[in-house]
Amino acid sequence: MSVRVFVPGDSTACALGADQVAAALVEQARSRGLYIDLVRNGSRGLFWLEPLIEVETAAGRVAYGPVSVADVAELFDRDLLAGGEHPLALGPTEQIPYLQQQTRVNFARAGVIDPLSIADYRRTGGFAGLDRALALSGQQIVDAIKTSGLRGRGGAAFPAGIKWQTVLDTAADQKYIVCNADEGDSGTFADRLLLEADPLQLVEGMTIAGLAVGATRGYIYVRSEYPRAFAVLRAAIALAREDGYLGPDVCGSGRAFELEARLGAGAYICGEETSLLESLEGRRGLVRAKPPLPAIQGLFGKPTVINNVLTLASVAAILARGADWYRALGCGRSLGTLPMQLAGNIRRGGVVELPFGMSLRALIEDFGGGTASGRPVRAVQVGGPLGAYLSADELDLPLDYEAFAAKRAMLGHGGVVVFDDSVDMAEQARFAMEFCVAESCGKCTPCRIGSVRGVEVIDRIRAGTQRADNLLLLKELCDTMEYGSLCAMGGLTPMPVRSAVEKFPEDFGA
Amino acid sequence: MDADTVDSRVAGVLDRLRHLPGALLPILHEIQHELGHVPAAAVPAIAAALNLSRAEVHGVISFYHHFRTAPAGEHVVQLCRAEACQAVGARALEAHVKQRLGVEFGATTADGKVTLEPVYCLGNCACGPSVQVDDQLHARVSPQSFDNLLARLGVTS
Repeated sequence: MSVRVFVPGDSTACALGADQVAAALVEQARSRGLYIDLVRNGSRGLFWLEPLIEVETAAGRVAYGPVSVADVAELFDRDLLAGGEHPLALGPTEQIPYLQQQTRVNFARAGVIDPLSIADYRRTGGFAGLDRALALSGQQIVDAIKTSGLRGRGGAAFPAGIKWQTVLDTAADQKYIVCNADEGDSGTFADRLLLEADPLQLVEGMTIAGLAVGATRGYIYVRSEYPRAFAVLRAAIALAREDGYLGPDVCGSGRAFELEARLGAGAYICGEETSLLESLEGRRGLVRAKPPLPAIQGLFGKPTVINNVLTLASVAAILARGADWYRALGCGRSLGTLPMQLAGNIRRGGVVELPFGMSLRALIEDFGGGTASGRPVRAVQVGGPLGAYLSADELDLPLDYEAFAAKRAMLGHGGVVVFDDSVDMAEQARFAMEFCVAESCGKCTPCRIGSVRGVEVIDRIRAGTQRADNLLLLKELCDTMEYGSLCAMGGLTPMPVRSAVEKFPEDFGA
Repeated sequence: MDADTVDSRVAGVLDRLRHLPGALLPILHEIQHELGHVPAAAVPAIAAALNLSRAEVHGVISFYHHFRTAPAGEHVVQLCRAEACQAVGARALEAHVKQRLGVEFGATTADGKVTLEPVYCLGNCACGPSVQVDDQLHARVSPQSFDNLLARLGVTS
């Protein structure tokens, strides 16, 4: 009898040696005359435990981690295939506190299933949302999304249902669904994990979106830095097409939906929706002025729903389990769950999906276990490279869009990058400007030139040259960038810069 | 690779992909995948196939960091410079890597073995510093483990 053993095929797990561990497991089993059925699942998102292997026992799946090749022989010596005791044993996977204390909606299947098994996906509730959607009118689907309170998870948090309504209401011979999988923010990897661990959820969500607004074609724009995610997604799309979930006749409904994954080319700005559309059309990723909104004139000038990976994936669960179930999670106007990503100098980094409302401190301390270095937390950047730096005494902030906005910070795509007390915040502020120099599309002068001047001004402040004058100049430059840029690149680069200057003046020579 | 081979490979890619809506990026990716870079000599054919000007094609190639117009070294080392990796020592690693290879970002070592490139996030932010060598991602890279990586690539300088 063969025992199922799971070894993640996820990027981070493989960067930590999962492929070699998988090979060693197969080799050890063979040399001992044992049979294993190796499954390359996605990751559970408990990255500090990777490579985390699981064995399916009579009592359910049990986990071991982090496992290195050197541990494999000893694991077999201790009866790995029966869930034997070992210093790396973590017990039943589902009871690992980090996982047990989460409310997983988007990531319920991550690491559980083989990402490229339609049977696994269906068995765990997959395509139930699509089944339901096929029985509804477009307006009924859009109403369900509105009722759910779902807001865009890419960072801007715009109500998804309102965007969809606009596309539904705009008459056109062709409409599109575009998924923004250009997850460029440092400290974020939830989209990547979803694409690698449960890509069919996105396929299902996008198909539902197509049915809702009357779009027959969809594109997923994946960044080129994610080759593994791109490969898994493409394979998933091919499987879905083979089984009739995509194509000219979705599930025998007589309605068409085609999906294609496209690769970005290393431009951060293409995470901005209009720049992404330009790129998909085959041009430089220059941002477009809005209006016209993409919902009215989007891809190839046609009405387009453009949403983030997690937004579109959430749609599958909302249709399957109901809008009221979804909106009962969360708080205030931030409804549902938000997958937060613990990154940087953190002991237990990974994906933590929770209803909105938990405090940032609980996330960093209870889930994350504090810094990896063991030194005190000094600064936390939430929401990617354009997000504000928070100081250690601001961590009681609840994870809620409005609460963050009130503090002149943003939740963004849910990335949390922790820094210990060795960080130089003037260096971080300088980097924010430097990043904008590298990644500005160049359309708006305040962003293109302002960021270059920003680096120079911060260098002068750090050198102590006319400090007061240069601080004032930096403040005015930030205002110019904020008010004079079309998109969030130039408009929000001031956010990390200002927050660093205001909250950590001692690093700027005060 | 001689000019005729380049021309025929480019023509093959154009035949396969020119019909796609917004075909330029998929075409450039495929050419770079086949030839290792997008040679300037390919630009006129691409422009003609898509009814674009050569300037438009050049503009797209030069906009995106991913596309290169000259061959890279035998191996491409991409070092993450973004915040999550900075928080766990990426700046020190960057200094070490540049010193060890003797090149700045965007340059190739004199022996043609390694091209060093900056990258802004590889999505491995819980286990940085991150380095990608060719298509293989490496996590928690220290100066020591970077040297080991180089040794495995046969880079001894």
